[in-house]
Amino acid sequence: MNKDTHSHTRLEIGKSHPRGDAADKAAGREKYAADHYPENVLWAGAVRAGIAHGRLLAVDVSQAIALPGVITILTAKDVKGSNRQGIIHKDMPVLVDDRILYCGDPVALVVAETKDILSRAIALVRFSTETLPAVFDPESAMAENAPLLHEAMPGNFLMQAEIRKGDAESEFSACDAVVEDEFSTPVQAHGFLETENGVAWQELDGKIVMIVSTQAPFRDRLEIGHAVGLPFGNIRMISPALGGGFGGKDGATVQCLLALAALHTEGRPVKMQWEREENMLAGYKRHACRMRYKLGAKKDGTLHAIHCNLVYDTGAYAHLGGEVMELGMEHAAGPYRVPHTLIEGKCVFTNNPVGGAMRAFGVCQATFAFESMMDMLADRLGMDRLAIRQKNALVEGDENCAGVRMITSTGIAGCLDILGDHPLWRSANNWKQECPPGRKRGIGLASVFNAAGYGGKVRDSAIAKVELSLDGRIIVHSAVTDMGQGNSCAFSQIAGHMLGQSPEFIELRQPDTATAYPSGSSSAGRTTYTFGNALIKACEDMKARLINRAGLLLFIDNDRDLALEPGKVTHGPSKRDVSFTQLASFMPHEDRVCISQFVAPVCEDIPDTAKGFFIAFPHIIFAYGAHLARIELDTATGVITVCDYLAATDGGGIINPSMFDQQIQGGVAQGLGYAMMEDFQIREGKPLTKDFTGYLIPGSLDLPDTISIPFLGHESTGPFGLKGVGEVAMNGPLPAVANAVHDACGVRIFHGPITAEKVLAAMNL
Amino acid sequence: MDIKFTLNGNSQSLSTEPDRRVIDLLREDLGLTGIKEGCGTGECGACTVLMDGETRLSCLTLAAQIDGRDITTIEGLQDMEEGIILQKAFEEQGAVQCGYCIPGMEMAALPLLTLHPNAARNDIKIALSGNLCRCTGYVKIVDAVEQAGREIAVKKEGL
Ligand code: FES
Ligand code: FES
Repeated sequence: MNKDTHSHTRLEIGKSHPRGDAADKAAGREKYAADHYPENVLWAGAVRAGIAHGRLLAVDVSQAIALPGVITILTAKDVKGSNRQGIIHKDMPVLVDDRILYCGDPVALVVAETKDILSRAIALVRFSTETLPAVFDPESAMAENAPLLHEAMPGNFLMQAEIRKGDAESEFSACDAVVEDEFSTPVQAHGFLETENGVAWQELDGKIVMIVSTQAPFRDRLEIGHAVGLPFGNIRMISPALGGGFGGKDGATVQCLLALAALHTEGRPVKMQWEREENMLAGYKRHACRMRYKLGAKKDGTLHAIHCNLVYDTGAYAHLGGEVMELGMEHAAGPYRVPHTLIEGKCVFTNNPVGGAMRAFGVCQATFAFESMMDMLADRLGMDRLAIRQKNALVEGDENCAGVRMITSTGIAGCLDILGDHPLWRSANNWKQECPPGRKRGIGLASVFNAAGYGGKVRDSAIAKVELSLDGRIIVHSAVTDMGQGNSCAFSQIAGHMLGQSPEFIELRQPDTATAYPSGSSSAGRTTYTFGNALIKACEDMKARLINRAGLLLFIDNDRDLALEPGKVTHGPSKRDVSFTQLASFMPHEDRVCISQFVAPVCEDIPDTAKGFFIAFPHIIFAYGAHLARIELDTATGVITVCDYLAATDGGGIINPSMFDQQIQGGVAQGLGYAMMEDFQIREGKPLTKDFTGYLIPGSLDLPDTISIPFLGHESTGPFGLKGVGEVAMNGPLPAVANAVHDACGVRIFHGPITAEKVLAAMNL
Repeated sequence: MDIKFTLNGNSQSLSTEPDRRVIDLLREDLGLTGIKEGCGTGECGACTVLMDGETRLSCLTLAAQIDGRDITTIEGLQDMEEGIILQKAFEEQGAVQCGYCIPGMEMAALPLLTLHPNAARNDIKIALSGNLCRCTGYVKIVDAVEQAGREIAVKKEGL
């Protein structure tokens, strides 16, 4: 397909049109936040505490400020607002005013003429501290008399919660087989290639304008305004395409510091970009988790009772730690029917780097434990590993482990069937027998699911705006960031489809709070779902309006025979048309704009199963998947090669099959990194992992060519039947590889990642 | 120091610090922001340029080292037949997600395709193994390089 042919092709739902942003990105023309170097720009950077717990006694900036080219050095006393940032709990200082709670806490903010002067000045800022006893793991943080991180949080608990359905404790005695074990998962870094960054400046009227690599431009204004003392109407956020996000740019990173700097530079723009090492230290991370599981079933494999206990290390500040844990708990028994469940969760503060949102948050931890348990149970019962999953798979009308009735599309059984019919599964035994000497082959499965949307008690909404521009094109004002997942391209495709347009008549604007309408974040598998629904309605209105106004111009007394075509409205019977440019010059500005809101549905029938939850419970829409990994193990070294990987996914209807596969292949890649190599090391609160030399993420030679197969479902509440699929695929690889390793050599790894050393050590036991 | 080099086919002379990183020279001083900085330590490949036709990490290269050399950046691909084919293949194969690694990927693929347009899938993976992508899992990136290779091979045979 060359540019000429596809540019006149009307955009249609269900077609693999090239992404609207691909040409610019492939040519290096896309402008990310990091690509902005306004004239006269200054550089800002934070001085980081470097100790895990202490009291900040004094900051001495005298040497640093004397350095030529240093504009200003700000400390906590310069922060006019609450000096506390955070999405839900405002507990994280913009600049430390008293206690230091982890190594990455910023104690001062330096602004300088150049990057070079900035780094020299940062090194010259002196500060004195009193070291306090610290806690580096949840167990010691929960111990009696442990030092408290936050006065208002006794026991260092950010949250303690429970889901109780039926009577798990006594029903284990009614089970024929019970398996029990303990698992853990490591901290994971997002590893997006564009580190946290932005530019900001103050306009003459006092407003702060910021171009930031952020997943939540609208909500950022609340966080910044609160922290640095600005009315949020005085903050304009612009969020261009992101060089990756995966949750790590949800919640303020550079925002508050940058706004603070811009308030002190008399209108000169300020740029801040974290280096990779600063990203590793101060960027949010996936929560490490320790999980105890007990699972019981009847002889025929019917799951009967589960009791589990999940402990998440949230690090020094709350961020979304409570919500991460809650979501993990809601998924803790897998996409299965289990009548008796007792799921306990604890989210605990430590003096470690801050845990935050990351793709499939909370869930990929629990999935590792649960799906390993399913294989252990199958072995105990002598059952087929696929059959036991199929037998227990949730179907519409069932209650899930949190007691929520599944009233939306529930395609896990369909995904498992795809897997069962696939040659990679059917030829499994032959393939294993053909194993070369010195190797062992194994096959592992995992059923996965992931909730979409914010969950109960949080309004999950988006407002779409479409505009007919004076030059005769349809502008879609996206209000939710595109961090790479392609939601903005899906929006173009939706608008094109609804309005009968080809790509050259659709212009997509990335979020700008000055022109788009308040919408939620780019996260939680909700981005395309929520905004897409709003956009459909806005496009319907726009279509009706364009037709109506064309009718006026053409002196036609009804709308019946008028239709939209690329760039124009046509009247079939009279073969006349009106171009969009003519229409635009005829319509006043308000008339050329259509706005529509969508609010995602919430559970109407909330079960009385959850205690201690704050918000975000329960969810009612889930994406599902069934994964299969075929691995080969080198028995001399323990090195694992993933030979094949298959992911069957129920994401409901599909807007663009190629983009659907992108999300699945990308999620699996990140999941395989998590499964086999990514292990963010922290010692006494200090990251030992400083860059990509120490933190290995998968390269082109580390991954198989993942096969993605959609289960063609339909979610009646979704735009064109769609459910979000950004997160679900992340959950499969760790348990699938663990199960494959066990299948290959009889050894089970309980603590991720599954490295060669661990496998070898376990084999030699 | 004063340095002279060829940049995307045009001669360029400028005065800069000899130890200025080439990535900063290109992005900040010359406004060529197509190449990206993903790590600054030679691990990710997002900053890849061609120097005398071979891949080079611009975050580890200093201004003095490009004096007298021929530098090609992603912005120069539109003037090369192989470059145009390659970019189109990335677009059509769905190889682009966030796109931050993509310019570097293309620069890494280009010398391979020029020499061996029919490179096997695994050789493509080897050629790209110094370039990290966090979004795609590489499948469609390798598909794109394969497609470009096929098209370049056809063009070459046609000559
Ligand atoms: S920025 Fe040069 S290799 Fe990463
Ligand atoms: S497309 Fe995002 S890093 Fe490769």
